[in-house]
Amino acid sequence: MKRLNVLHPKALLKVMAILVPLLVSVGGVSGLSYAQSPSVSAEVVSATAAESGHAVPAAHEEEKAGDVIMHHIFDSNIFAFHPFGEIELPKIAPVAGIDISITKHVVMMWLVSAILLIIFSVVGGKYKKMTNRQAPKGLTNAVEALVEFIRLDVAKSNIGHGYEKHLPYLLTVFFFILLCNLLGLVPYGATATGNINVTLALAIFTFFITQIAALKAHGLKGFLAHLTAGTHWSLWIIMIPIEVIGLFTKPFALAIRLFANMTAGHIVILSLIFISFILKSYIVAVAVSVPFSIFIYLLELFVAFLQAFIFTMLSALFIGLATAHDGHDEHAAEVAHH
Amino acid sequence: MLTSGVILLQANLLSPNPGLIFWTAVTFVIVLLILKKIAWGPIITALEEREKGIQSSIDRAHQAKDESEAILRKNNELLSKADAEADKIIREGKEYAEKLRADITGKAQEESKKMIAAALSSIEQEKHRALDVLRNEVADLAVMGAEKIIKTVLDADMQKKIVNSMIQDLSTKRN
Repeated sequence: MKRLNVLHPKALLKVMAILVPLLVSVGGVSGLSYAQSPSVSAEVVSATAAESGHAVPAAHEEEKAGDVIMHHIFDSNIFAFHPFGEIELPKIAPVAGIDISITKHVVMMWLVSAILLIIFSVVGGKYKKMTNRQAPKGLTNAVEALVEFIRLDVAKSNIGHGYEKHLPYLLTVFFFILLCNLLGLVPYGATATGNINVTLALAIFTFFITQIAALKAHGLKGFLAHLTAGTHWSLWIIMIPIEVIGLFTKPFALAIRLFANMTAGHIVILSLIFISFILKSYIVAVAVSVPFSIFIYLLELFVAFLQAFIFTMLSALFIGLATAHDGHDEHAAEVAHH
Repeated sequence: MLTSGVILLQANLLSPNPGLIFWTAVTFVIVLLILKKIAWGPIITALEEREKGIQSSIDRAHQAKDESEAILRKNNELLSKADAEADKIIREGKEYAEKLRADITGKAQEESKKMIAAALSSIEQEKHRALDVLRNEVADLAVMGAEKIIKTVLDADMQKKIVNSMIQDLSTKRN
C-alpha cells in the first residue's frame, strides 16, 4: 500500500512532463461534465471503464485511481458487474485453518474449466468418430493445430523419449493458462493467472511432475547423485545447497513470470485509462488513453498466448532436463530468460 | 468505496492465499483428469493413427515403386535374353543350313564321279567284247575265203600270193 503510493506520484510526474502542453491548452475543455468520460473508454475495455466509472466521481481521484487499479487486479469475494450491481460470493467456513471461500479468481477458473470441458468434449467426440482418412475441419482443426504444436514442438522436442506420458499435463496446462489469460481480457472478467497463488499452484504441479520424472528416470540413487552435480566430494557442501535451491527456483521463476506478465499488462492498461481521469481531459483520453490502451490490449492478446506457451515450454524443458541422462541446467537458464 | 479500501488493506499483490492454491489445485486436477479421458486420449490416438497411416501409405508407395522397378528390370532382362535367344537360333539355323548344303553338294559330286567312273568301265568292257566278236568274225571270213580260193584256183604260186596279200590286208585293217 505504502510502496504503491510512493511509486505512483513518480509515474505521474513523468506523464505530466509529457503532457504539460496538452494540459495548458485543454483547461477549458476539461470543465465539461466529467462523469460521461467512461463511455469513451468503455469502447476499449468496458469492464475496466465501468469500474472506473463507479469509482472516479469521488473527491480524491489521485488516491482512488491506485485503489481502483488494485481492486481490479486483486482477488476478492465480490464479483462486480458495474453498473448492473455485484454478486457477493459465498463464504465457506475455514477448514483446518485455511480459508477456502470461493473468490472471484476461483469463479474465473471454474468458468475456464467449463469452457475447456465444453470445447474438448465436442472436439474429443469428433475425434472418436473420425477415421484416419478424414481431415479435421472447423473447431477441430483449430484445436488440432494447437495440440499438434504442443505435442511435437513442445513435448516431443524437449522431453524426447517417453513424452507421451507428460502430454496430458502439458496440454491441459497450456489450454488452462491460455483461457485464463484470455478471459482476463474480456469485459467483467478477471485474470486468474494474474494471481500469484494460482500460478504458484500450477508451478507446484510442474515441480512435482519434474521431480517424479527425475526419480523414475534415474532412481533414488541417481537423483541424489544428480544433486552433487558430479563434482568432487569436497565441493558437495557448496554444490548440494545450490542444486537444491536450483530445484525450487525453476518452478518459482515459472510462477513469478506468468503472474508478473499478466498483472503488468492489466496495470498498464488501467493506468493509461486513468491518465485521462486524473488529468480531466478529453483530449488526453482520445489522444493517449484510448490508442495506447488499444495497443497494450492487442499486445496483451499476444502475451496471453506467449505466456501460456512459455509456461508449457519451460515445464516440458524442465521435465526433459530431469529425465535426460546427460547435460545440465545451462540450457534451461538460457531459455528461462524469456 | 469502503469495500474496495478494505480489500486493498486485506490483500497484497504477493500475499499467499492457501485457499486459492487449494482451489486451483483441485480445479486443475479435475480438469486434467476429465480432459485426459474425454479429449487428450481420443485426439492423441487419432493423431498417432493418422501419422502411422500416412507413414504406412508412404511406405506402401515406396514399396510399390520398388516392386514395379524390379518388374521392369526383370522384363528388360527377359526381353534381352529373348533377343539373344532368337539371335542364337537364327545363327544356328544358318550354320546348319550351310552345313547341310555343303554335305549335299559333296555327296552329289561324289555320286556323279562314281557314275562317270562306272560308265567309263562299262564302255571299256563293251569295247573289249566288240573286239573279241570282230576277231572271231574275221577268222571265220578268212577261213571261208580260203576255202573258196582253194576250191576255185588251185595254183601254188597264185595261192601263195593271194594268201599273203589277204593277210596283209587284214593286218592293215585291224590296225
